[in-house]
Amino acid sequence: MQSEIASLYREHYGRILASLIRALGNFELAEDALQDAFAAAVEQWPREGVPKTPAAWIFSTARHKAIDKARRQSWFGARRDEIQRLIEFEMSSGADDQAEAFPDERLRLIFTCCHPAINREAQIALSLRTLCGLTTEEIARAFVTPSATMAQRIVRAQRKIRTAGIPYEVPLGDALPARLESVMAVIYLVFNEGYRASSGDAVVRNDLCMEAIRLARILVALMPDQSEARGLLALTLLHDSRRDTRADANGDLILLEEQDRTRWDHRQIDEGLALIEETPIGPYAIQAAIAAEHARAKRPDATDWSRIAHLYALLLEMRNTSVIALNHAVAIAMAHGPAHGLELIAGLEASGELDDYYLMWSAKADLLRRMGNFIDAASAYRRALAVVTNTADRRFLERRLVEVLSHPQGSN
Amino acid sequence: MEYALLIYGNEADAAKMTEAEGHAVFQGYMEFTKWIEGSGKMKGGRPLEKIGSATTVRVRNGKTTTTDGPFAETKEQLGGFYLVEAKDLDEAIAIAARIPGANHGCIEVRPVMNIPM
Repeated sequence: MQSEIASLYREHYGRILASLIRALGNFELAEDALQDAFAAAVEQWPREGVPKTPAAWIFSTARHKAIDKARRQSWFGARRDEIQRLIEFEMSSGADDQAEAFPDERLRLIFTCCHPAINREAQIALSLRTLCGLTTEEIARAFVTPSATMAQRIVRAQRKIRTAGIPYEVPLGDALPARLESVMAVIYLVFNEGYRASSGDAVVRNDLCMEAIRLARILVALMPDQSEARGLLALTLLHDSRRDTRADANGDLILLEEQDRTRWDHRQIDEGLALIEETPIGPYAIQAAIAAEHARAKRPDATDWSRIAHLYALLLEMRNTSVIALNHAVAIAMAHGPAHGLELIAGLEASGELDDYYLMWSAKADLLRRMGNFIDAASAYRRALAVVTNTADRRFLERRLVEVLSHPQGSN
Repeated sequence: MEYALLIYGNEADAAKMTEAEGHAVFQGYMEFTKWIEGSGKMKGGRPLEKIGSATTVRVRNGKTTTTDGPFAETKEQLGGFYLVEAKDLDEAIAIAARIPGANHGCIEVRPVMNIPM
């Protein structure tokens, strides 16, 4: 029974909460009422049996609890529109208590949680808490932030939504693309935080990756015509399919070309590949297409690097950033030889923008190593080591440095 | 002549007040409002929601950007204000973006406090 309720919580929390928030216009009241409804389930279901439609039972119980609570608190400071909402909500309850379906309001709520009038950190925290049902403590742990700070961030954002009048609406027309971008940026940041921990010991924090994929799935299910949303889901699925092969037993990083490809999650790869477009036009779809090239290659030397270089060039036209330029340079090196890649990296190095980005130095070092220039490779590895923050990445670079130094021409 | 009287204060200090102190301040505002209304000099004025509810809107090259929080730089000065009715923050931001000043300075959007009557 406990596990049944726990899995119900896991699967339906976000959806039920979204409907309650939409109906009540108040995050705190909705969260409290939903907690109470789950507590009531824990108490009543063992005695009275599981209702026929458990999620609907939770929703309608939470609705009654919310109305009771709002009455008891007599709602000092409630605005007229809030009281109106509550009256409507109360009138809509009653007859349809056993209703199987309640409206899915998660799409509206994603846009509310990721509204640009809320800062990015709070957008992330609020999305994880509201749509994924993560506790404040879990989110705080994932982002290595004190619980109290995270709690304050969430409460502040919830209050701002109410007092500033941030709407529960999917933006229409011209406003949609920019707002959708903000939603996708939040999902991708959550994924990346899990996939590549910027500091600390774990190479992968699986939970965040799973939650990001869950959010991307919700977005695709609710907006199936958005090719960028499909691209984002494909991108996260394809990257995540390599999760188990990215680190060895000591937590040390294993490069793409050295990973055991038979251990990639092929079910996830198939799901991701099915979302890939022939001619991707948006940045997420292009990045997904790049990930797809790696996923399709049975062996590293079967990788179609000239297609990858072409896709990076497309991406670069859209987002001219140094990091994308670096990836383009690496793809060019793989397709046409290290000298071509080094030439492009030299240009990036001259700009100075990536001085603190260890991947530029390690990419340069790797290409030099491949060309047999071990002396310059060693000094590039040292530059990388000077700026790297993740300890697993650091150990990887140290290993490589020892390798080139132990080469006859590498010691100086 | 018409004058705008802009009230500055420290929210953190206000939050530390005891209930009695807070009540005294509220009472003071009630008295001032009653007096200024009675004098015929009142043109309008409302308390604003706390600074946490603020959003700053800028338009650069025709693109609207919004940031969470109040206007915080000091090289620009308050030049005026509009009090508008909007259905939600999105509409308020869209209106703010049409104010010419949004193209070089910025517009702070603050909800007016709801006072239960």
